[in-house]
Amino acid sequence: MTNPIPWNDSGLMEEVRQRSGTRVSACFQCHKCSTGCPIGPDMDILPSQIMRLVHLGAENEVLGSHAIWLCASCEACTTRCPMAIDIAGVMDALRIMAVDRGTVLPDARGKQFHRSFLGSVRRHGRVYEVGMMAAYKMRTFDLFSDVDKVPRMLAQGKLSLLPNRSDSVKQVREIFRRAKEEDRKP
Amino acid sequence: MKYAFFPGCSLESTARAFDLSTRAVCRALGIALEEIPDWACCGSTPAHASSDSLAVALPAFNLQKAQAAGLPVMVACASCYARLRTANHRIRNNPEDRRRAERITGRPYDGGIEVRHVLDVLVNHLGMDEIRARVSRPLGGLKVACYYGCLLTRPPEIVAFDDAEHPTCMDELVTAAGATAVEWPFKTECCGASLSMTHSGVVGRLAHKLLSMARSAGADLLVVACPLCQVNLDLRQADAAKAHGALRPTPVLYVTQLLGLALGLPPEDLGLDAAAVGYAGGKS
Repeated sequence: MTNPIPWNDSGLMEEVRQRSGTRVSACFQCHKCSTGCPIGPDMDILPSQIMRLVHLGAENEVLGSHAIWLCASCEACTTRCPMAIDIAGVMDALRIMAVDRGTVLPDARGKQFHRSFLGSVRRHGRVYEVGMMAAYKMRTFDLFSDVDKVPRMLAQGKLSLLPNRSDSVKQVREIFRRAKEEDRKP
Repeated sequence: MKYAFFPGCSLESTARAFDLSTRAVCRALGIALEEIPDWACCGSTPAHASSDSLAVALPAFNLQKAQAAGLPVMVACASCYARLRTANHRIRNNPEDRRRAERITGRPYDGGIEVRHVLDVLVNHLGMDEIRARVSRPLGGLKVACYYGCLLTRPPEIVAFDDAEHPTCMDELVTAAGATAVEWPFKTECCGASLSMTHSGVVGRLAHKLLSMARSAGADLLVVACPLCQVNLDLRQADAAKAHGALRPTPVLYVTQLLGLALGLPPEDLGLDAAAVGYAGGKS
Protein backbone atom coordinates (compact mmCIF):
# COMPACT_ATOMS: atom_id res chain seq x y z
CA MET A 1 0.00 0.00 0.00
CA THR A 2 1.34 3.40 -0.86
CA ASN A 3 0.87 6.46 1.28
CA PRO A 4 -1.29 8.91 -0.69
CA ILE A 5 0.33 11.87 1.08
CA PRO A 6 4.12 11.66 0.91
CA TRP A 7 6.04 13.30 3.73
CA ASN A 8 7.13 16.69 2.55
CA ASP A 9 9.48 18.90 4.53
CA SER A 10 8.00 22.10 3.13
CA GLY A 11 8.32 24.28 6.20
CA LEU A 12 4.54 24.44 6.46
CA MET A 13 4.59 23.59 10.18
CA GLU A 14 7.11 26.33 10.92
CA GLU A 15 5.13 28.91 8.95
CA VAL A 16 1.92 27.98 10.78
CA ARG A 17 3.77 28.26 14.11
CA GLN A 18 5.05 31.71 13.24
CA ARG A 19 1.70 33.01 11.99
CA SER A 20 -0.44 31.54 14.78
CA GLY A 21 2.06 31.81 17.63
CA THR A 22 1.21 28.27 18.74
CA ARG A 23 3.09 24.96 18.55
CA VAL A 24 1.27 22.63 16.19
CA SER A 25 4.15 20.17 16.62
CA ALA A 26 2.91 19.41 20.15
CA CYS A 27 -0.20 17.64 18.79
CA PHE A 28 -0.16 13.93 19.67
CA GLN A 29 -3.45 13.10 17.94
CA CYS A 30 -5.70 12.58 20.97
CA HIS A 31 -8.61 13.82 18.78
CA LYS A 32 -10.17 15.78 21.62
CA CYS A 33 -10.53 18.81 19.30
CA SER A 34 -12.37 16.76 16.69
CA THR A 35 -14.73 15.02 19.11
CA GLY A 36 -15.75 18.34 20.66
CA CYS A 37 -16.03 20.24 17.37
CA PRO A 38 -19.67 21.23 16.76
CA ILE A 39 -19.02 21.51 13.01
CA GLY A 40 -17.03 18.24 12.78
CA PRO A 41 -19.89 16.32 11.13
CA ASP A 42 -19.90 18.86 8.27
CA MET A 43 -16.13 19.00 7.72
CA ASP A 44 -14.16 17.22 5.01
CA ILE A 45 -11.06 17.04 7.25
CA LEU A 46 -11.36 17.07 11.06
CA PRO A 47 -9.34 19.53 13.18
CA SER A 48 -7.00 16.78 14.50
CA GLN A 49 -6.43 15.64 10.91
CA ILE A 50 -5.60 19.22 9.93
CA MET A 51 -2.93 19.26 12.67
CA ARG A 52 -1.48 15.97 11.36
CA LEU A 53 -1.47 17.19 7.76
CA VAL A 54 0.37 20.33 8.90
CA HIS A 55 3.01 18.03 10.48
CA LEU A 56 3.30 16.23 7.14
CA GLY A 57 3.64 19.46 5.18
CA ALA A 58 0.57 18.56 3.13
CA GLU A 59 -0.02 22.14 2.08
CA ASN A 60 -2.45 21.59 -0.79
CA GLU A 61 -4.70 19.30 1.26
CA VAL A 62 -4.83 21.73 4.19
CA LEU A 63 -5.11 25.04 2.35
CA GLY A 64 -7.59 23.62 -0.14
CA SER A 65 -9.90 22.15 2.49
CA HIS A 66 -13.50 23.13 3.27
CA ALA A 67 -12.75 22.60 6.96
CA ILE A 68 -10.76 25.82 7.36
CA TRP A 69 -13.79 27.80 6.10
CA LEU A 70 -16.29 25.81 8.13
CA CYS A 71 -14.53 26.41 11.46
CA ALA A 72 -16.87 28.68 13.47
CA SER A 73 -14.07 29.95 15.78
CA CYS A 74 -15.99 28.73 18.85
CA GLU A 75 -12.69 27.94 20.61
CA ALA A 76 -13.90 24.62 22.07
CA CYS A 77 -10.81 22.92 20.57
CA THR A 78 -8.41 25.58 21.91
CA THR A 79 -10.01 25.43 25.38
CA ARG A 80 -9.79 21.64 25.61
CA CYS A 81 -6.46 20.86 23.94
CA PRO A 82 -4.31 19.02 26.52
CA MET A 83 -1.18 20.37 24.81
CA ALA A 84 -2.42 23.98 24.92
CA ILE A 85 -2.37 24.34 21.12
CA ASP A 86 -4.48 27.27 19.95
CA ILE A 87 -6.25 25.23 17.28
CA ALA A 88 -8.74 27.99 16.43
CA GLY A 89 -5.72 30.28 15.96
CA VAL A 90 -4.19 27.72 13.57
CA MET A 91 -7.44 27.77 11.57
CA ASP A 92 -7.13 31.58 11.28
CA ALA A 93 -3.53 31.29 10.09
CA LEU A 94 -4.52 28.67 7.49
CA ARG A 95 -7.38 30.84 6.16
CA ILE A 96 -5.02 33.79 5.79
CA MET A 97 -2.42 31.60 4.04
CA ALA A 98 -5.05 30.15 1.70
CA VAL A 99 -6.11 33.66 0.63
CA ASP A 100 -2.46 34.80 0.25
CA ARG A 101 -1.62 31.84 -1.97
CA GLY A 102 -4.81 31.85 -3.96
CA THR A 103 -5.63 28.27 -2.97
CA VAL A 104 -9.11 29.07 -1.64
CA LEU A 105 -11.79 26.78 -2.97
CA PRO A 106 -14.01 28.61 -5.48
CA ASP A 107 -17.07 27.89 -3.32
CA ALA A 108 -15.48 28.94 -0.01
CA ARG A 109 -18.20 31.38 0.95
CA GLY A 110 -16.38 32.30 4.16
CA LYS A 111 -13.83 34.33 2.21
CA GLN A 112 -16.59 36.29 0.44
CA PHE A 113 -18.38 36.88 3.74
CA HIS A 114 -15.21 38.16 5.41
CA ARG A 115 -14.51 40.51 2.48
CA SER A 116 -18.06 41.85 2.48
CA PHE A 117 -18.05 42.36 6.26
CA LEU A 118 -14.67 44.11 6.38
CA GLY A 119 -15.56 46.21 3.33
CA SER A 120 -18.55 47.52 5.26
CA VAL A 121 -16.41 48.31 8.31
CA ARG A 122 -13.84 50.13 6.15
CA ARG A 123 -16.56 52.17 4.46
CA HIS A 124 -18.66 53.08 7.52
CA GLY A 125 -16.49 52.35 10.56
CA ARG A 126 -19.21 49.91 11.63
CA VAL A 127 -21.03 47.04 9.97
CA TYR A 128 -23.94 48.23 7.85
CA GLU A 129 -25.80 44.95 7.71
CA VAL A 130 -28.09 45.54 4.72
CA GLY A 131 -25.15 46.74 2.59
CA MET A 132 -22.91 43.93 3.83
CA MET A 133 -25.50 41.28 3.02
CA ALA A 134 -26.11 42.74 -0.43
CA ALA A 135 -22.36 42.74 -1.17
CA TYR A 136 -22.06 39.15 0.03
CA LYS A 137 -25.01 38.03 -2.08
CA MET A 138 -23.58 39.69 -5.18
CA ARG A 139 -20.22 37.99 -4.62
CA THR A 140 -21.70 34.53 -4.13
CA PHE A 141 -24.71 34.80 -6.48
CA ASP A 142 -26.71 33.55 -3.49
CA LEU A 143 -29.47 36.10 -4.05
CA PHE A 144 -32.55 34.61 -2.48
CA SER A 145 -31.64 32.84 0.76
CA ASP A 146 -33.16 34.44 3.86
CA VAL A 147 -34.95 37.21 1.94
CA ASP A 148 -38.16 35.91 3.55
CA LYS A 149 -36.87 37.16 6.91
CA VAL A 150 -36.10 40.71 5.81
CA PRO A 151 -39.56 42.40 5.92
CA ARG A 152 -40.23 41.45 9.53
CA MET A 153 -36.70 42.42 10.59
CA LEU A 154 -37.15 45.82 8.97
CA ALA A 155 -40.52 46.24 10.71
CA GLN A 156 -38.99 45.34 14.09
CA GLY A 157 -36.18 47.84 13.58
CA LYS A 158 -33.59 45.04 13.49
CA LEU A 159 -32.33 46.10 10.08
CA SER A 160 -31.84 49.66 8.97
CA LEU A 161 -31.93 50.72 5.34
CA LEU A 162 -29.33 53.40 6.03
CA PRO A 163 -25.84 52.92 7.48
CA ASN A 164 -25.13 54.11 11.02
CA ARG A 165 -21.73 55.57 10.36
CA SER A 166 -19.07 55.98 13.05
CA ASP A 167 -17.51 59.44 13.23
CA SER A 168 -14.18 57.62 13.45
CA VAL A 169 -14.48 56.39 9.88
CA LYS A 170 -11.42 58.30 8.63
CA GLN A 171 -9.26 56.82 11.37
CA VAL A 172 -10.70 53.37 10.67
CA ARG A 173 -9.69 53.65 6.99
CA GLU A 174 -6.19 54.62 8.10
CA ILE A 175 -6.12 51.56 10.40
CA PHE A 176 -7.07 49.32 7.46
CA ARG A 177 -4.34 50.88 5.31
CA ARG A 178 -1.61 50.49 7.94
CA ALA A 179 -2.74 46.98 8.92
CA LYS A 180 -2.30 45.92 5.31
CA GLU A 181 1.24 47.33 5.33
CA GLU A 182 2.02 45.49 8.58
CA ASP A 183 0.66 42.22 7.18
CA ARG A 184 3.02 42.59 4.19
CA LYS A 185 6.10 42.86 6.42
CA PRO A 186 8.20 39.70 6.36
CA MET B 1 -20.47 52.37 39.55
CA LYS B 2 -19.68 53.66 36.09
CA TYR B 3 -18.53 51.99 32.86
CA ALA B 4 -17.65 53.03 29.33
CA PHE B 5 -20.13 51.06 27.22
CA PHE B 6 -19.08 49.37 23.98
CA PRO B 7 -22.35 48.34 22.28
CA GLY B 8 -20.90 46.88 19.06
CA CYS B 9 -22.52 46.85 15.62
CA SER B 10 -25.16 44.15 16.28
CA LEU B 11 -26.67 46.12 19.14
CA GLU B 12 -27.59 48.84 16.64
CA SER B 13 -29.40 46.37 14.40
CA THR B 14 -30.33 42.70 14.91
CA ALA B 15 -29.66 42.86 18.65
CA ARG B 16 -31.50 46.12 19.31
CA ALA B 17 -33.38 44.34 22.13
CA PHE B 18 -30.07 43.49 23.83
CA ASP B 19 -29.09 47.15 23.69
CA LEU B 20 -32.40 48.40 25.10
CA SER B 21 -32.60 45.80 27.86
CA THR B 22 -28.93 46.16 28.90
CA ARG B 23 -29.27 49.92 29.22
CA ALA B 24 -32.64 49.62 31.03
CA VAL B 25 -31.39 47.01 33.52
CA CYS B 26 -28.20 48.96 34.25
CA ARG B 27 -30.21 52.16 34.78
CA ALA B 28 -32.56 50.34 37.17
CA LEU B 29 -29.63 48.86 39.12
CA GLY B 30 -27.64 52.09 39.38
CA ILE B 31 -24.87 51.19 36.92
CA ALA B 32 -24.03 54.34 34.93
CA LEU B 33 -23.04 53.73 31.28
CA GLU B 34 -21.20 56.22 29.11
CA GLU B 35 -21.11 55.05 25.49
CA ILE B 36 -17.57 55.10 24.05
CA PRO B 37 -17.64 58.14 21.71
CA ASP B 38 -17.40 57.32 17.98
CA TRP B 39 -16.60 53.68 18.64
CA ALA B 40 -15.81 51.52 15.62
CA CYS B 41 -16.40 47.84 14.82
CA CYS B 42 -14.18 45.38 16.77
CA GLY B 43 -13.55 43.45 13.54
CA SER B 44 -15.25 40.27 14.79
CA THR B 45 -14.42 36.93 13.11
CA PRO B 46 -13.84 38.40 9.61
CA ALA B 47 -10.89 40.41 11.00
CA HIS B 48 -9.14 37.64 12.92
CA ALA B 49 -9.69 35.23 10.03
CA SER B 50 -8.28 37.71 7.47
CA SER B 51 -5.60 39.88 9.07
CA ASP B 52 -3.74 39.37 12.31
CA SER B 53 -2.85 43.09 12.40
CA LEU B 54 -6.43 44.26 11.99
CA ALA B 55 -7.66 41.79 14.62
CA VAL B 56 -5.54 43.49 17.30
CA ALA B 57 -5.63 47.09 16.02
CA LEU B 58 -9.42 47.59 15.77
CA PRO B 59 -10.08 46.59 19.41
CA ALA B 60 -7.02 48.58 20.53
CA PHE B 61 -8.40 51.69 18.80
CA ASN B 62 -11.66 51.41 20.80
CA LEU B 63 -9.89 50.69 24.06
CA GLN B 64 -7.73 53.79 23.58
CA LYS B 65 -10.94 55.82 23.39
CA ALA B 66 -12.17 54.33 26.67
CA GLN B 67 -8.78 55.04 28.21
CA ALA B 68 -9.19 58.70 27.28
CA ALA B 69 -12.49 58.68 29.21
CA GLY B 70 -10.72 57.08 32.20
CA LEU B 71 -13.30 54.31 32.61
CA PRO B 72 -13.33 50.50 32.56
CA VAL B 73 -15.26 49.04 29.62
CA MET B 74 -18.49 47.07 29.73
CA VAL B 75 -19.44 44.99 26.65
CA ALA B 76 -22.73 43.23 25.89
CA CYS B 77 -22.00 41.27 22.69
CA ALA B 78 -20.09 38.06 23.50
CA SER B 79 -18.09 38.28 20.27
CA CYS B 80 -17.01 41.91 20.81
CA TYR B 81 -16.17 40.97 24.40
CA ALA B 82 -13.90 38.14 23.23
CA ARG B 83 -12.19 40.37 20.62
CA LEU B 84 -11.49 43.20 23.09
CA ARG B 85 -10.22 40.78 25.76
CA THR B 86 -8.06 38.91 23.25
CA ALA B 87 -6.46 42.13 21.99
CA ASN B 88 -5.70 43.21 25.57
CA HIS B 89 -4.23 39.80 26.37
CA ARG B 90 -1.94 39.89 23.34
CA ILE B 91 -0.87 43.51 23.83
CA ARG B 92 0.01 42.81 27.49
CA ASN B 93 1.87 39.58 26.83
CA ASN B 94 3.56 40.10 23.49
CA PRO B 95 5.70 43.23 23.02
CA GLU B 96 5.60 42.86 19.22
CA ASP B 97 1.77 42.81 19.22
CA ARG B 98 1.83 45.96 21.34
CA ARG B 99 4.29 47.78 19.08
CA ARG B 100 2.34 46.77 15.98
CA ALA B 101 -1.01 47.93 17.45
CA GLU B 102 0.60 51.25 18.41
CA ARG B 103 2.10 51.69 14.94
CA ILE B 104 -1.25 51.02 13.27
CA THR B 105 -3.41 53.16 15.56
CA GLY B 106 -0.73 55.84 15.97
CA ARG B 107 -1.31 56.02 19.75
CA PRO B 108 0.29 54.37 22.79
CA TYR B 109 -1.66 51.56 24.47
CA ASP B 110 -0.44 49.04 27.06
CA GLY B 111 -3.53 46.79 27.23
CA GLY B 112 -4.36 48.13 30.68
CA ILE B 113 -8.03 49.02 30.26
CA GLU B 114 -10.28 46.61 32.12
CA VAL B 115 -12.90 44.92 29.87
CA ARG B 116 -15.90 43.22 31.49
CA HIS B 117 -19.00 41.55 30.12
CA VAL B 118 -22.37 42.81 31.36
CA LEU B 119 -22.94 39.44 33.13
CA ASP B 120 -19.59 39.77 34.91
CA VAL B 121 -20.51 43.30 36.02
CA LEU B 122 -23.95 42.22 37.28
CA VAL B 123 -22.93 39.03 39.07
CA ASN B 124 -19.40 39.83 40.29
CA HIS B 125 -19.24 43.60 40.57
CA LEU B 126 -22.76 44.63 41.57
CA GLY B 127 -23.38 41.30 43.31
CA MET B 128 -26.28 38.90 43.60
CA ASP B 129 -27.53 40.29 46.96
CA GLU B 130 -28.08 43.68 45.38
CA ILE B 131 -29.93 42.14 42.44
CA ARG B 132 -32.12 39.87 44.59
CA ALA B 133 -33.09 42.90 46.69
CA ARG B 134 -34.30 44.75 43.57
CA VAL B 135 -36.47 41.95 42.12
CA SER B 136 -40.05 43.16 42.46
CA ARG B 137 -41.91 40.82 40.09
CA PRO B 138 -40.47 37.28 40.51
CA LEU B 139 -41.09 35.03 37.49
CA GLY B 140 -42.63 32.18 39.49
CA GLY B 141 -42.63 28.78 37.86
CA LEU B 142 -40.96 29.73 34.59
CA LYS B 143 -38.40 27.13 33.50
CA VAL B 144 -35.39 28.56 31.72
CA ALA B 145 -32.43 26.98 29.90
CA CYS B 146 -29.38 29.26 30.20
CA TYR B 147 -27.42 29.13 26.96
CA TYR B 148 -23.93 30.62 27.25
CA GLY B 149 -22.67 29.73 23.79
CA CYS B 150 -19.00 29.72 22.98
CA LEU B 151 -17.15 33.00 23.41
CA LEU B 152 -18.47 34.15 26.78
CA THR B 153 -16.30 31.67 28.66
CA ARG B 154 -13.64 30.66 26.13
CA PRO B 155 -10.73 30.44 26.08
CA PRO B 156 -10.54 30.59 29.90
CA GLU B 157 -7.08 32.18 30.13
CA ILE B 158 -8.46 35.17 28.24
CA VAL B 159 -12.04 35.63 29.48
CA ALA B 160 -12.16 33.81 32.84
CA PHE B 161 -15.10 35.23 34.80
CA ASP B 162 -16.98 31.93 34.89
CA ASP B 163 -16.20 28.24 34.42
CA ALA B 164 -15.40 27.43 30.77
CA GLU B 165 -17.25 24.10 30.67
CA HIS B 166 -19.95 24.60 33.29
CA PRO B 167 -20.71 28.31 33.69
CA THR B 168 -23.37 29.36 36.21
CA CYS B 169 -23.66 33.18 36.17
CA MET B 170 -26.81 33.27 34.04
CA ASP B 171 -28.34 30.47 36.13
CA GLU B 172 -27.78 32.66 39.21
CA LEU B 173 -29.45 35.65 37.58
CA VAL B 174 -32.41 33.59 36.34
CA THR B 175 -32.83 32.09 39.83
CA ALA B 176 -32.67 35.55 41.40
CA ALA B 177 -35.40 36.60 38.94
CA GLY B 178 -37.60 33.94 40.53
CA ALA B 179 -37.48 31.47 37.63
CA THR B 180 -36.07 27.94 37.64
CA ALA B 181 -32.84 27.31 35.74
CA VAL B 182 -33.04 23.79 34.26
CA GLU B 183 -30.02 21.48 34.20
CA TRP B 184 -29.08 20.74 30.60
CA PRO B 185 -25.92 19.58 28.86
CA PHE B 186 -25.50 22.01 25.94
CA LYS B 187 -24.81 25.24 27.86
CA THR B 188 -21.61 26.01 25.96
CA GLU B 189 -22.15 24.15 22.65
CA CYS B 190 -21.65 26.50 19.70
CA CYS B 191 -24.70 27.59 17.62
CA GLY B 192 -22.62 27.99 14.46
CA ALA B 193 -22.03 31.72 14.97
CA SER B 194 -21.26 33.61 11.75
CA LEU B 195 -21.75 30.47 9.61
CA SER B 196 -25.33 31.76 9.66
CA MET B 197 -24.54 33.78 6.54
CA THR B 198 -22.43 31.23 4.70
CA HIS B 199 -23.76 27.82 5.80
CA SER B 200 -27.26 28.33 7.19
CA GLY B 201 -27.89 24.58 6.93
CA VAL B 202 -25.17 23.86 9.49
CA VAL B 203 -26.62 26.49 11.82
CA GLY B 204 -30.08 24.96 11.38
CA ARG B 205 -28.74 21.55 12.45
CA LEU B 206 -27.05 23.00 15.54
CA ALA B 207 -30.04 25.17 16.47
CA HIS B 208 -32.34 22.14 16.23
CA LYS B 209 -30.06 20.14 18.51
CA LEU B 210 -29.86 22.93 21.09
CA LEU B 211 -33.57 23.79 21.10
CA SER B 212 -34.78 20.19 21.29
CA MET B 213 -32.36 19.44 24.14
CA ALA B 214 -33.53 22.53 26.06
CA ARG B 215 -37.13 21.40 25.57
CA SER B 216 -36.43 17.83 26.70
CA ALA B 217 -34.79 19.26 29.82
CA GLY B 218 -38.16 20.90 30.52
CA ALA B 219 -37.35 24.49 29.58
CA ASP B 220 -40.14 26.89 28.52
CA LEU B 221 -37.62 29.26 26.97
CA LEU B 222 -33.91 29.97 26.53
CA VAL B 223 -31.91 32.96 27.66
CA VAL B 224 -28.75 34.08 25.85
CA ALA B 225 -26.13 36.83 26.14
CA CYS B 226 -24.91 37.00 22.54
CA PRO B 227 -26.52 38.61 19.46
CA LEU B 228 -25.53 35.75 17.15
CA CYS B 229 -26.88 33.07 19.52
CA GLN B 230 -30.19 34.95 19.68
CA VAL B 231 -30.50 35.34 15.90
CA ASN B 232 -29.44 31.78 15.15
CA LEU B 233 -31.79 30.17 17.68
CA ASP B 234 -34.76 32.51 17.19
CA LEU B 235 -34.79 33.43 13.51
CA ARG B 236 -33.75 29.99 12.19
CA GLN B 237 -36.23 28.05 14.32
CA ALA B 238 -38.80 27.59 11.56
CA ASP B 239 -36.14 26.53 9.00
CA ALA B 240 -34.56 24.15 11.54
CA ALA B 241 -37.92 22.50 12.21
CA LYS B 242 -38.54 22.11 8.47
CA ALA B 243 -35.16 20.45 7.90
CA HIS B 244 -34.77 18.36 11.05
CA GLY B 245 -38.22 17.62 12.48
CA ALA B 246 -40.87 19.25 14.62
CA LEU B 247 -39.87 21.76 17.30
CA ARG B 248 -42.16 23.48 19.78
CA PRO B 249 -41.75 27.21 19.13
CA THR B 250 -39.41 28.35 21.90
CA PRO B 251 -38.82 32.00 22.83
CA VAL B 252 -35.14 32.98 22.97
CA LEU B 253 -34.66 36.04 25.18
CA TYR B 254 -31.64 38.03 26.19
CA VAL B 255 -30.93 37.38 29.86
CA THR B 256 -31.19 41.15 30.42
CA GLN B 257 -34.77 41.08 29.07
CA LEU B 258 -35.79 38.39 31.55
CA LEU B 259 -34.03 40.16 34.41
CA GLY B 260 -35.66 43.45 33.38
CA LEU B 261 -39.13 41.89 33.66
CA ALA B 262 -38.32 40.64 37.17
CA LEU B 263 -37.10 44.12 38.10
CA GLY B 264 -40.56 45.39 37.14
CA LEU B 265 -39.45 47.27 34.01
CA PRO B 266 -42.13 47.75 31.32
CA PRO B 267 -41.84 45.22 28.41
CA GLU B 268 -41.63 48.06 25.83
CA ASP B 269 -38.41 49.28 27.47
CA LEU B 270 -36.87 45.81 26.99
CA GLY B 271 -37.50 45.28 23.27
CA LEU B 272 -39.66 42.23 23.91
CA ASP B 273 -41.52 42.68 20.63
CA ALA B 274 -38.37 42.26 18.50
CA ALA B 275 -38.17 38.46 18.18
CA ALA B 276 -39.37 35.95 15.59
CA VAL B 277 -40.79 33.64 18.29
CA GLY B 278 -42.71 35.93 20.60
CA TYR B 279 -42.75 35.82 24.39
CA ALA B 280 -46.00 36.86 26.06
CA GLY B 281 -44.58 36.98 29.55
CA GLY B 282 -45.63 33.59 30.87
CA LYS B 283 -45.13 29.88 30.29
CA SER B 284 -45.14 28.72 26.68
